[in-house]
Amino acid sequence: MENKEALYNAVLHLGDNGSILGHRLGELCGHGPVLEQDIAMTNIALDLIGQARLYLQYAGKLSGKDLTEDDLAYKRDVMDYKNFLITELQNGDFADTIARQFTYDTFHLLFLRGLSDSKDETLAAIAKKSIKEVTYHQRWSCEWVIRLGDGTDESHEKMQRALNDIWMWTDELFTQSEDEGSLVESGMLPDTSLLKDQWLNEIKRIVEEAALDMPEDQPMQEGGKTGYHTEYLGFILAEMQYLPRAYPDATW
Amino acid sequence: MVVHQDIRDVWDILKTVEDPEIPVISVFDLGIVRDVRMDSDLCIVEITPTYSGCPATKVIEDSIRQALISAGIEDFRIETTLSPPWSTAMLSNDGREKLREYGIAPPEDEETDKLALMGEDRQVSCPQCGSKDTKMVSQFGSTPCKAHFQCKECLEPFDYFKCL
Ligand SMILES: [Zn+2]
Repeated sequence: MENKEALYNAVLHLGDNGSILGHRLGELCGHGPVLEQDIAMTNIALDLIGQARLYLQYAGKLSGKDLTEDDLAYKRDVMDYKNFLITELQNGDFADTIARQFTYDTFHLLFLRGLSDSKDETLAAIAKKSIKEVTYHQRWSCEWVIRLGDGTDESHEKMQRALNDIWMWTDELFTQSEDEGSLVESGMLPDTSLLKDQWLNEIKRIVEEAALDMPEDQPMQEGGKTGYHTEYLGFILAEMQYLPRAYPDATW
Repeated sequence: MVVHQDIRDVWDILKTVEDPEIPVISVFDLGIVRDVRMDSDLCIVEITPTYSGCPATKVIEDSIRQALISAGIEDFRIETTLSPPWSTAMLSNDGREKLREYGIAPPEDEETDKLALMGEDRQVSCPQCGSKDTKMVSQFGSTPCKAHFQCKECLEPFDYFKCL
């Protein structure tokens, strides 16, 4: 595959991760357990959607078809979406939301550090901007894992269950498609397979501090990058894309 | 005909454009105007977003456009740049003072910020009474750029402009 198309797909993947996880967190607006955490989650959603916008604007340029970020967010269907499955999972209870955020944020931060050295100037610039924001996200989700894990018997039990449940979705974060392999070789993308050990160490450190146990090894799920999604994504897109599909090219 | 005076005028106009969320400081004080330059007869104003998802970015762009047009400048283009990323170090000293007067604690240095946001008390001074006896309520505040604090001395809640 030509490098440009590979890059286009990789940038779409990055944009889709932010857009879908941001949308998920946005669903919690007005539903957080307490006001401060409601605000925290919607702030994180806003950062992720802002980052998605930057990636999708860039993807629009790479498409060579004069597409905007809105075209890419609102006019693609489930099979065209390339986000990690973990980003589309339902919010569940607060422990589930925290477990998803904790495992993803920790990966996201490591990934962005790598991406900030990308030979692609735009990707490096987006990464440098995003690192500052994601540092806050990761600090927040780690704090909550510790607080819930090392909290009451009930919060401990819920946090442990949530961590066990999210585990099967985490291995996909370190998979690499064939196109991505060529981008890694040319220094455009970081090699995610090399991030796994670091990620695992960081996860272990927090899990230990939270008095939790590491989840057991289990079969892992993947498929998001190639368009094989869980049933949940269709529901997200139905809600997200309703307006632009019902009223094409609507403006304020 | 392009003269240097034009660029200085543009900067002066930008000093009057308010931030939509913190109307006491201008987009100039906020440090989001990165460059003003002439490309033959076209004036290029380069701005940078504070946070990626900052909803004010679009409003700021519109305000700048409006201010320039009202001042009779018509040949201009507003460009957005991401590199180098905006940081709180780009806030002007004037801007910091205005924030404090407005009731928002301006960003401290990075090390203090880290301690403050890790929950270490006595790092950020209360913009109302100046006491250092303050605590963080939440690292996420009313807008993406702020954390939520409370003063233990005068009991007032206040926003702290996070280091970025
Ligand atoms: Zn006070």
